[in-house]
Amino acid sequence: MDYDLTEEQELFKQMVREFALEEIIPRAEEMDEEGEFPYDIITKMADLGLMGLPFPEEYGGSGADMVSFVIALEEISRADASLGITMEAHTTLGSLPIYYEGTDEQKQKWLVPLAKGEMLGAFGLTEPEAGSDAGATRTTAELDGDEWVINGTKCFITNSGTEISKVVTITAVTGMTGDKKEISNILVPHGTPGFTVAPPYRKMGWHASDTHELSFNDCRVPRENLLGTRGGGFRCFLKVLDAGRVAIAALAVGLARACLEESVKYARERVQFGRPIGKFQGVSFKCADMFMEVELAREATLKAAWLADQDRPYSREAAVAKLFASETAMRAANDAVQIHGGYGYIEDYPVCRYFRDAKILEIGEGTSEVQRIILSRSLGL
Amino acid sequence: MQYGLTEEQKMLQESIRELVRDKVEPRSIEIDEEGEYPWDILELFKENEIMGLPFEEKYGGQGADLMTLCIVIEEIAKACVNSSLILGCQELGATPIKIAGSDEQKMKYLPPLASGEKLCAFGLTEPEAGSDAAAMKTRAVKKGDTYIMNGSKCFITNGGIAETYCVFAMTDPEKGVRGISAFIVEKGFPGFDFGKHENKMGIRGSVTRELLFDDCEVPAENLLGKEGRGFNLAMMTLDRTRSSIGAQGLGVAAGALEYTINYMKERVQFGRPIAALQGLQFMVADLGMQVEAARQLVYRSACMVDNQEPGFSGVSAMAKCFATDTAMKVTTDCVQLMGGYGYMKEYPMERMMRDAKITQIYEGTNQIQRVVIARQLLGKS
Repeated sequence: MDYDLTEEQELFKQMVREFALEEIIPRAEEMDEEGEFPYDIITKMADLGLMGLPFPEEYGGSGADMVSFVIALEEISRADASLGITMEAHTTLGSLPIYYEGTDEQKQKWLVPLAKGEMLGAFGLTEPEAGSDAGATRTTAELDGDEWVINGTKCFITNSGTEISKVVTITAVTGMTGDKKEISNILVPHGTPGFTVAPPYRKMGWHASDTHELSFNDCRVPRENLLGTRGGGFRCFLKVLDAGRVAIAALAVGLARACLEESVKYARERVQFGRPIGKFQGVSFKCADMFMEVELAREATLKAAWLADQDRPYSREAAVAKLFASETAMRAANDAVQIHGGYGYIEDYPVCRYFRDAKILEIGEGTSEVQRIILSRSLGL
Repeated sequence: MQYGLTEEQKMLQESIRELVRDKVEPRSIEIDEEGEYPWDILELFKENEIMGLPFEEKYGGQGADLMTLCIVIEEIAKACVNSSLILGCQELGATPIKIAGSDEQKMKYLPPLASGEKLCAFGLTEPEAGSDAAAMKTRAVKKGDTYIMNGSKCFITNGGIAETYCVFAMTDPEKGVRGISAFIVEKGFPGFDFGKHENKMGIRGSVTRELLFDDCEVPAENLLGKEGRGFNLAMMTLDRTRSSIGAQGLGVAAGALEYTINYMKERVQFGRPIAALQGLQFMVADLGMQVEAARQLVYRSACMVDNQEPGFSGVSAMAKCFATDTAMKVTTDCVQLMGGYGYMKEYPMERMMRDAKITQIYEGTNQIQRVVIARQLLGKS
């Protein structure tokens, strides 16, 4: 058994950490305040190969393993969770389905520019009436000659409305097998007539990330835009969501670590009652718990990533990591604001933003309750 | 033993509930979005004689007790914490005058506060004196018939919009906490100005500013109580207002839960309302339990304060701490129960969660409440 990162992974971590420190941290507060999507930072991340980490070099990726991907996500999210989710959703939700299921032609056309970071990827699964119950998809795609005719609405779709959002993979009902819906994945390029992107959502946090409702009204795409097999959509997105969960866990570890680091720094500097508040057990025990949970969350995340790298099943471990890390992040953010007192409640201090950014981690890409369903089922219940 | 609200309290509760439903709740999202003080709601409270509730009749009020005030604050905070603060802040700022004011001071300052014609504020916190209120640096030096005040106060609710301020300052630094005195400072006194507006996570419809004193001239007759008794007065004030912050926490928790329960009955996933899922039912059961427990503790503490029962200080600290911790827990879980919609600004829940956080911090952080409680249980060590 070996708990160390390889030398290469260690160097990579340092590189991403320095990048985040120099390029992201100084901008994070302003991006949140302005709700600004940071195209320039995305370009720099693309130049470093961060937008296509787990994809082979032949498809424009960096050929990195899953462990390196989660290391990078932790570092980026330590600096800014909005950029974390942009990178996460782009890589897993937006690009993985094409990598898993795409024909070589589809990969050349879409995966290569996605992995190079020239485009941003998005995945349209959630609908107003199909949240945790993803199978309740109502969006339909009917074959009419050589075209799919798509009708329906997708909501809360990350990366779907930026200037470099060029394609979204959507799930749609393409028919019925008995009383079972046949769900398939279809690639829909932006600009296709009948495909409308609504104005951005106004969210509690993740202000520098891009989220929209998408509607499809007799939207026609060529037959060859089917991704994978007809009826293979459900299986594909379950596989994608497994990877996504590990990635969200890494994002949560990054955010929780940010809360820990800021809290410790503040607890050492802030003097009340004649000593730094970190000398009070009421405060130091909170930091101790936060540290413990961040460590455990990271270990759970790395374990799931490592299993994925070994080509072993990791569905259960992904659910554990996502559930524990996201709940850790919320607790850490709550305590971080508390430790900062009144200062934690004003936007001049980053923990205020961390608090607003944390809650969605327990909701997006499978709520905590969905993770508990997965775990219950894995226990045979 | 008689346990429960009086008929009169029940009637008042019902009428406030109606007023809130018709006039306050429809404004709640806007007040947060615009981030402006809700002057219209102040007018509404004035018209309905709500501002005068906790003031004696001889000052133009209704002479209601703390218990009644808590019931009213709870009802308002169910829909809008910002609006409940109108009443809460008035009580916090006026209480030192009620406790320590001379007859002349009371006749001069309380009637316009009871009518709502003027707002007041409580100036205790300083940048270096948060939980450690005794570390204050603001000085007041007596020169003839005036005190010359120098220093600053931070995070002052109603700063700039209030006309009447109860400000705490050192008159004899060598005596430490026994060298702190309280003053009534009017807006417009020479040398009294206002600083930065704080950009806050929540309670965005309240004004939070710095108070700046630059050789501010305060007439000697505006000394509140005796010199050196200011710290004691501040603590006595907080002992009496803690239950009302508890009521605020209780209100936002109860309101969030009520909203979410309605949502759960309507939201269908997996073919049935999500209210039918046991995992969520148990969450709601836990939340309901905590809200009810918080309510009993808040009411109990308010009654103890009203009757001046021994030990009310510790119990009111328990009420503030428990009810506001409950507010945080309940609103966080309610966002969870509403999933992605809970995180969006079109729904009230993310705001309620942001608003809940401050209740754990202001008027004595919940860490300070635990200090008070532990001291009552263990004695001073």
